[in-house]
Amino acid sequence: MKTIQDLIEIKNQKGAQIGIRFGGDAEAEKTYILCCAGTGCTSSHSGDLMDNFRKLAEESGMTDKIEIIPTGCQGLCAKGPVVVVYPGNVHYQLVTPDMAQRIWDEHIVGGTPVADFLMKEETAEGEDIPFEESSFYNDQLRLALRNCGKIDPENIDEYIAREGYQAIGKAINEMTPDEVIQVMIDSELRGRGGAGFPTGKKWLFASGNRGEVQKYVCCNADEGDPGAFMDRSILEGDPHSVIEAMSIAGYAIGANQGYIYVRAEYPIAIERLEIALKQAREYGVLGKNILGSDFDFDIDLRLGAGAFVCGEETALMTSIEGNRGEPHPRPPFPAVKGLFQSPTILNNVETYANIPQIIIKGADWFKSSGSETSKGTKVFALGGKINNTGLVEVPMGATLRHVVEDIGGGVPNGKKFKAAQTGGPSGGCIPADYYDIPMDYESLSSIGCMMGSGGLIVLDEDDCMVDIAKFFLGFTVSESCGKCTPCRIGTKRMLEILEKISEGKGTMEDLDKLEDLAKYIKANSLCGLGQTAPNPVLATINFFRDEYIAHIKEKRCPAGVCKELLSFTIDADKCKGCTLCARNCPAGAISGEVRSAHVIDNDKCIKCGVCMENCKFGAIYKK
Amino acid sequence: MKVSNVPFQGTAEQEAKLIELIEKYKGQKGCLMPILQGAQNIYGYLPYEVQKIISDNTGIPMEKIYGVVTFYAQFTTSPKGKCEISVCLGTACYVKGSAAILEKVEQELGIKEGECTDDGAFSIESCRCVGACGLAPVMIVGGEVYGKITPDDVPGILAKYR
Repeated sequence: MKTIQDLIEIKNQKGAQIGIRFGGDAEAEKTYILCCAGTGCTSSHSGDLMDNFRKLAEESGMTDKIEIIPTGCQGLCAKGPVVVVYPGNVHYQLVTPDMAQRIWDEHIVGGTPVADFLMKEETAEGEDIPFEESSFYNDQLRLALRNCGKIDPENIDEYIAREGYQAIGKAINEMTPDEVIQVMIDSELRGRGGAGFPTGKKWLFASGNRGEVQKYVCCNADEGDPGAFMDRSILEGDPHSVIEAMSIAGYAIGANQGYIYVRAEYPIAIERLEIALKQAREYGVLGKNILGSDFDFDIDLRLGAGAFVCGEETALMTSIEGNRGEPHPRPPFPAVKGLFQSPTILNNVETYANIPQIIIKGADWFKSSGSETSKGTKVFALGGKINNTGLVEVPMGATLRHVVEDIGGGVPNGKKFKAAQTGGPSGGCIPADYYDIPMDYESLSSIGCMMGSGGLIVLDEDDCMVDIAKFFLGFTVSESCGKCTPCRIGTKRMLEILEKISEGKGTMEDLDKLEDLAKYIKANSLCGLGQTAPNPVLATINFFRDEYIAHIKEKRCPAGVCKELLSFTIDADKCKGCTLCARNCPAGAISGEVRSAHVIDNDKCIKCGVCMENCKFGAIYKK
Repeated sequence: MKVSNVPFQGTAEQEAKLIELIEKYKGQKGCLMPILQGAQNIYGYLPYEVQKIISDNTGIPMEKIYGVVTFYAQFTTSPKGKCEISVCLGTACYVKGSAAILEKVEQELGIKEGECTDDGAFSIESCRCVGACGLAPVMIVGGEVYGKITPDDVPGILAKYR
């Protein structure tokens, strides 16, 4: 069991060497090879890569001079597996296991980084610039992700070296629970799960009657939005930050028990959490008498079982209780009556990841970044039609253009930016007209969009907004718990209308029906899933009405996506009559003589696109 | 509940593991989810028999357990076979006769789509477009893709996995 003094000693011992990874200038005693061990890079065999490095170190007898360190997400997933070597802060990209040999021979032993493997970014002009000069590297402000990608998440000493568990120590020894809550209120930290509710206020609501009633602290690690992986990365890369924050929350409201509800689809995150919890208990920073005080707090893991709705507060709690994940009406709010009918606070993973630093550095420090109404930073998971897919963290208020064009590297293949989808199935899309909108809670809600949990999917000119709305609605229809009529039946009706429209059978009245249904469903659904399910439809109709009208009046999909509205045509001038398309057509819809231009019978065509894929002369196009 | 044709073949060893699991979680509040998740890890699925063991040992009513099992996408009451067969019913394959392929597979194995053979060897599913339309009709058996097949090819393909 450790005392605060023990923690400080560990920090001092390891601190200088860890500091090298953060730009510190201590003399490096060893060479550190950091390999990303997040889910993405692990699926690309970073585990084998690390084994190769370990083997090389053993074979050369240099195991005391080299440390191979698995880390959480480095950020630039598009270039994974990622390896970073210190000293020198050398970034390598797309590192396959067999590349370990050259890195070892030329860089680790030889002292010269392998130029071919270095991480670089391609500018719009087609030139390569070193990663260290890129906006992705220089323009982020990593607070929630401060340790992610830099420390070994399975080694509690590395977390401690980064002031880990100092915050709970400070809270227990130097602050009253009310003072902790006051700092949270003063910091203006808002929930990062999507709703942006002030965290301090939430804790205040649950703080009454400390010590007189059983209370609970929960962590929402369900992260169900398709395209979101911020929370996963924090859990995989810096799980202790969440554990420490939860015990701070427990101290603040007077709770001794916490639950982390993590979706079962995150096996690496679950494993890292289990290891972290075990290590935290061994060190006495979790469990009975934390750091020798009389404050007890422990955490149990609870796994989800594949229900998106269990990311909703009341559904999550009822799922922990062992029930079907059906939400409950509020009031009563969980702060009054939540898990097991007790006062409960539920916060998001990223919200928690911010808290230890706020306690150590103070509310004013946190407020020094961000915008007027939204302090601090936001982690975004960039995906879709964007060059730099991956994990980024920027101050609140950074413009969408800055995130997508500068940090994100822009839209690939010379295509035009069309919209950014945020908020997942609950969100809207930000069109190009609003490219310079600041990314903060109020600015986005003022145009009918939302920040969401951080998933940011970029769409380009080849994406059909009707199809996107249909995709999200299909998702919410299948994930609806079925308890309340507006959601269970209403969303299905909306989906049917969207399907009609995308098949060219829609009418202008259908647009009115969609908007009517949307209003009704938003106003009357029991929980957030139903209340926000119509948002993608409303946002796309609002900003891309002309696309809907083209589908309805012209039976045309401008982006060339909706299959029923496409026709495939062979350009007679380019066709060589090679018959390859006709031979591969599963519907027998192509006819023609050898060496003569072929023709597609659109009545038979099922629009599978095989002909276009097979044509070696680019003679087939769709519109 | 969809009663699987596969007779329950739980072993004494599996049951002992399940009882151990139940004992571990029984006293905790909200024990049902971890117990069901652990039980599915042991048996691969959650048939009536397993639900009954859990009910008998925890006192949680069967209808409650059934309600929870059928709510969550990850829980399944029917087993997957050792060899999973997936017949694509996407448009391109459908037009090339994949429905007949599915029927033939069902005939050969004596089970319907969504079910598993009594010996646990094969299970059948349909899927919607695996993206191999040039090979239509497509069937995936044990992870291997078979394209441009006819119903007559089915017995020979299945024989490789028996």
